[in-house]
Amino acid sequence: MNRYFIPLIVFIVLIAFFRIGLNYDPRLVPSPLIDKPVPVFTLPNLRDTATTMSSADLRGQAVLLNVWASWCVECRNEHPVLMEFSQNLKMPVYGLNYKDTREEAIQWLDHYGDPYVQSAFDQSGRVGIDFGVYGVPETFVLDRNGIIRYKHIGPITQKTMEDIILPLLNKLDHPAT
Amino acid sequence: MIPELGHFALIMALCMALVQAVFPLAGAARGNVAWMSLARPAARVQLVFLLITFSALVHAFIVNDFSVAYVARNSNTMLPLIYRISAVWGAHEGSLLLWILILGLWTFAVTVFSHHLPEQFVARVLGVMGLVSIGFLLFILLTSNPFIRDAFPPPDGADLNPLLQDLGLVIHPPMLYTGYVGFSVAFGFAIAALLGGKLDMAWARWSRPWTVMAWVFLTLGIALGSWWAYYELGWGGWWFWDPVENASFMPWLTGTALIHSLAATEKRGVFKNWTVLLAICAFSLSLLGTFLVRSGVLTSVHAFANDPARGVFILALLGVVIGGSLALYAWRAPGTFISSSYGLFSREMFLLVNSTLLTVAMGAVLLGTIYPLIIETLGGKVSVGAPYFNSVFIPLMVPLVIVLGCGAWARWKSDAWDRQWQHLRFAVFGSLIIGVLLAAMLDGAGALRTALGVALASWIILSTGILFYTRTRSGPDLLTTLKTHPRSFYGMCLAHVGFAITIIGLVITSNYSTDLHKRMKPGARAELAGYTFELTDIHTITGPNYDATEAAIRVWRGAKIVTELHTQKRIYRVRDMPMTEAGIRPGLTRDLYVSLGEPLGNGEWSVRLYYKPFVRWLWLGALFMACGGVLAVTDRRYRQIRLQATDPQSVIVAGATAKP
Repeated sequence: MNRYFIPLIVFIVLIAFFRIGLNYDPRLVPSPLIDKPVPVFTLPNLRDTATTMSSADLRGQAVLLNVWASWCVECRNEHPVLMEFSQNLKMPVYGLNYKDTREEAIQWLDHYGDPYVQSAFDQSGRVGIDFGVYGVPETFVLDRNGIIRYKHIGPITQKTMEDIILPLLNKLDHPAT
Repeated sequence: MIPELGHFALIMALCMALVQAVFPLAGAARGNVAWMSLARPAARVQLVFLLITFSALVHAFIVNDFSVAYVARNSNTMLPLIYRISAVWGAHEGSLLLWILILGLWTFAVTVFSHHLPEQFVARVLGVMGLVSIGFLLFILLTSNPFIRDAFPPPDGADLNPLLQDLGLVIHPPMLYTGYVGFSVAFGFAIAALLGGKLDMAWARWSRPWTVMAWVFLTLGIALGSWWAYYELGWGGWWFWDPVENASFMPWLTGTALIHSLAATEKRGVFKNWTVLLAICAFSLSLLGTFLVRSGVLTSVHAFANDPARGVFILALLGVVIGGSLALYAWRAPGTFISSSYGLFSREMFLLVNSTLLTVAMGAVLLGTIYPLIIETLGGKVSVGAPYFNSVFIPLMVPLVIVLGCGAWARWKSDAWDRQWQHLRFAVFGSLIIGVLLAAMLDGAGALRTALGVALASWIILSTGILFYTRTRSGPDLLTTLKTHPRSFYGMCLAHVGFAITIIGLVITSNYSTDLHKRMKPGARAELAGYTFELTDIHTITGPNYDATEAAIRVWRGAKIVTELHTQKRIYRVRDMPMTEAGIRPGLTRDLYVSLGEPLGNGEWSVRLYYKPFVRWLWLGALFMACGGVLAVTDRRYRQIRLQATDPQSVIVAGATAKP
């Protein structure tokens, strides 16, 4: 084999990956976790080191799990939507604070307001990997049994909230109707 | 009517591109002079049609012709005129049109500045550029036509993405694209040389000014993008290792390797195969950048065009252009191999190490950028962030800097350690002393890193200074001596010093920036880095297409007022998007940076205050590098075209030339 062929071969392999990659629209392709139970985790509570938050806390009613970080610019854009959701509609949102420092995260919540029932503190991002976190923010809709029903990548807009998430939550909370 | 005219001109441009590609290439292969001579006129007429097309789209934006769907999606009657014009390249279709227009301009430049080159060679270069042009014109016409009309035009447009309503974004894309597309010339020269089987020193000499010029634009484009992110995104970050930034950084790294490798090929006829591969890679990475950004294969804030059909087309285009040229390389490169000897301790060796390190760095960035994609196709998900890039990239830069200082000094062919040591020991000791002193004086977690970074930068500056001094010391008087050295020598010195300046800015601002997030109401004060920030006033203002809350913040140092900063929280009316306009007081040794956050009730606002030391040096260094490149390109060697390579003058300055 001639060494001058190496660049060509490397390139052909790359092209093959790109071709397959094109079929995956990262915004649209559902997470492999859809319709699967939420990954099992136990993490320290962000505000209270003595307590923990675990996947079991998410059961019982349909909830949102929002992956956020104080360093994330887009999180600030979706923040008012989450505040509206939790404060005015009295819906439960749980937070997964991702690759952040405790101090900055708490400061962030104190400044902008805290929409979360509680936030789990995932400093290493280990649990984030189990959730397949691709970019922050991401939001998961879980049903009462802790099954992931929907995943949204990127900031939630008012429109996504009204058109997709709220109807879905409604359906999950009242399965009969 | 005018949009249809634009569409028609685009089709005509495609016809011209076909003429420009087919006849000259066939003519060059068969020795048909008449066919070859079609290259120049075809390229020039193509440019005329491209200009008509582009003007037609600009016109549609200026007159708010919302019957054109692209205009309706990206403009608005309330949008100020300058942003209506820059909105032309604010989204996918228009930015491709800009891409192809710039390709037309570069091609035109080749037709003008190529009269000293053999006709057959020029015909091949223009033919190859014509092929690239055909690919992109087909892409625009088949998948991304900006002139498509909407049967039911909306009364007003959807407005330009507020992030892009900014002066930096008016000039950043054209600058960046000029750099990207500029590598098409180096690519054309490389392919022409491979086709002709004449991969010689003349080829390297012809390529050099074009390559350096493209590199200058790319440098400026990247610096502008970083500066834009810094002031526009509102939190003082200036580099994110975002896929799109990487897409522009990879051609830059390869281009930097290329201009250094070209120097060795031009002067000594070595590394020909390596240089030609770098030339192919630089343009391939530019195309890859276009693919990554335009296809949406990687998510990013920049990817405003997510459309799989387009992705497949670009990928096919990429496959043909890059695959074809790499196949040609595999086929022809071995045939053009001529070895020339050089010692282990020689300028050639240092240049080889330099371009290898830069290429490895590029490979690391490439791997980090596409790794998530590869993992995803294999069924997983992962994200690669700044920690990976920093931990891989920075260790590669340290040896690069060390080699830089020696390489600029070393003689061609072979050199002696002791000769170098005699001069460079001052730079070695000087930078060591600076490093040790800094490490002792500074405190904080980043002290060692800062000391190392500044010591390395000092090494570049000192070794360049000694080189400059030794070169200019001998001679009757300073002015005459200065004149005997070519501009490319000064260009190299300037660019290397620019690199050092960027390093200084990078390490200091990364390690010593401080910030404070504060809850403030009018009258409140906060302390940061020895400055007192006082929120004096908050009021609302109305812009042309946005409403904003503006905060005035007075900055004190002791009892003295330093400045008053204004920061805004804007809501753009049409898209209902919030944007932060930071208030910045720039300075050579520090920036003061404030940005307004959210209202917290009771008249209180969250305010972010930043102190960013030496952050300007990042972009100042890039400016120096670009100026160095321009100096090198305007060297008289490239103007006195018939000058022989054996001219004593140019041999003396040989290695010093054009090595930004």
